Amino acid sequence: MLKDLFNKKKKYASIPSEQSKVDIPEGLMKKCDNCYKIFYRKEMNNNLNVCPNCGHHHQLNAWERIDSLFDKDTFVEWDKGMITSNPLDFPGYEEKMENDRKKTGLNEGVVSGKGFLNGQETAFAVMDSRFRMGSMGSVMGEKIARAVENARKESLPFIIFTASGGARMQEGVLSLMQMSKTSVAIKRFSDAGGLMISVMTHPTTGGVSASFASLGDYNFAEPGALIGFAGRRIIEQTTREKLPDDFQTAEFLFKHGQLDQVIHRHDLKNVLGTLLKMHQKGGNPE
Amino acid sequence: MKQILEFEKPIVNLKEKIAELKKFTGESDIDLSEEITTLEKRLADLEDDIYGNLKPWQRVQMARHQERPTTLDYIAELFTDFLEFHGDRNFGDDEAIVSGIAYYKGVPVTVIGHQRGKNTKENIRRNFGMPHPEGYRKALRHMKQADKFNRPIICFIDTKGADPGKESEERGQSEAIARNLMEMAGLKVPIVCIVIGEGGSGGALALGVGDLIFMLENSTYSVISPEGAAALLWKDSGLAQKAAESMKITAPDLFELGIIDEIIAEPKGGAHRNIKQQAENIDKVIEKSLVELNKLSVDELLEKRWEKYKQIGDYKEH
Ligand SMILES: [Zn+2]
Repeated sequence: MLKDLFNKKKKYASIPSEQSKVDIPEGLMKKCDNCYKIFYRKEMNNNLNVCPNCGHHHQLNAWERIDSLFDKDTFVEWDKGMITSNPLDFPGYEEKMENDRKKTGLNEGVVSGKGFLNGQETAFAVMDSRFRMGSMGSVMGEKIARAVENARKESLPFIIFTASGGARMQEGVLSLMQMSKTSVAIKRFSDAGGLMISVMTHPTTGGVSASFASLGDYNFAEPGALIGFAGRRIIEQTTREKLPDDFQTAEFLFKHGQLDQVIHRHDLKNVLGTLLKMHQKGGNPE
Repeated sequence: MKQILEFEKPIVNLKEKIAELKKFTGESDIDLSEEITTLEKRLADLEDDIYGNLKPWQRVQMARHQERPTTLDYIAELFTDFLEFHGDRNFGDDEAIVSGIAYYKGVPVTVIGHQRGKNTKENIRRNFGMPHPEGYRKALRHMKQADKFNRPIICFIDTKGADPGKESEERGQSEAIARNLMEMAGLKVPIVCIVIGEGGSGGALALGVGDLIFMLENSTYSVISPEGAAALLWKDSGLAQKAAESMKITAPDLFELGIIDEIIAEPKGGAHRNIKQQAENIDKVIEKSLVELNKLSVDELLEKRWEKYKQIGDYKEH
């Protein structure tokens, strides 16, 4: 009896806060996904999509990321026009791609190119999870492999920002093989002395996590990013293990020795700039 | 206890009928030899028809057959003096991967393969052939040794996938797989990879970056299981059969996509019907591969390996 009363009361009390979670005018306002506090979108954007209240890192799209890091008007895009050929003739795939192209203004879930970061030239690829959840198919694999090859040929460092739900189902085993293709390219680059930096952002899972995302000379992540090989639900179903709340977060990986640093988005440009500088050819101590 | 697959039942039924007739002929005076000959001819036709036209889903069932030969079965048939070595020198030994050195026709080679069990007890010991990070790290340790001592590497691929578990994540399953992909790319010795059963996702690929890639006729290679794909694509794991077809996971599919070099034929009814015959078919391919790859200089070998992976994929450019 007492329990029923308590439950009822709790339910009643939760109604106003439930209401506050909906009906935010899109465009003008932006509500934090973590603390639900509402901000002017402009205020959130100026803060690189980091919540001014709780510090939650909301995703940046590819061009927001590029604008946040590169010196003004220095970024040159590579392979912009590459699109899927629907290699397995998968029904409905091209329509889905067309929708995402319209939605994002991108041709694929990765933008690659080169530019200057704090005055230092670097090759670069940034994934955009709005596009088919950042899943990896032939185009993504080819663009990343080419970017790494370009970096090798031009003796540039290579920085990658990962954001991916994993494989592009509609490309089947071709999607899987992009893991090896990109890894072989990275090996060539690495053997030639190339510097690779990986920054894992939310989410970096599956085949992307198990290939280039983990192959930087330095592997970083943004706070709170989900990073892992197998999906949480699959692990729970297979092992019936109780998983900790912070399982597969950037902080969890860091604790287990899998990352060099978890870097706040506001500090990223400086850390990357310093690291690039430290890898320029040495000289005598001043 | 032979496992009979659903599509094999007409063959089994006909075989039983022939056996019955033979028994009857022996016990009575009626001569049924003409009928028996007719039925035996029909049996041969039926076997050709069924085993000669396997659908993708039927191949999946073949690849998962309880009695399908495993890495250790082939090692016993193909190599001599196999010495298995253990441990990743960091965490432990993972019995989902076997690894060691052996003679192949007088040449020392490094042999590495996923190892699953054929019964529950073995499967628990081998974690159903799903490696943990230390399994991949053990494999890499042995591959680097092969590189140092200039031994060719033969990999047998047979896994549903890498172990999905809390501890595997903690110990860096992603990094372990990624590291193998990258390091295999740079090994200065010939690498021959053979998919013998299921080639499941990154967990299979982590032993699969080689100079020549082969698949047994009824093996599969896929980014996700057909059941998993169906659940993701259509929210219905019951549509696995449809997924097996549309995902292109069979040996003929991968050959057509330009990912594998050759299909290795299986005896009628699958590898488990005749392990010796299967091993002979594999043997021919290994010998041919090593002769071919041995002709290349290290630079040529590595350049060809890169060219091989560079061309995988399909796209349009504007
Ligand atoms: Zn917040």
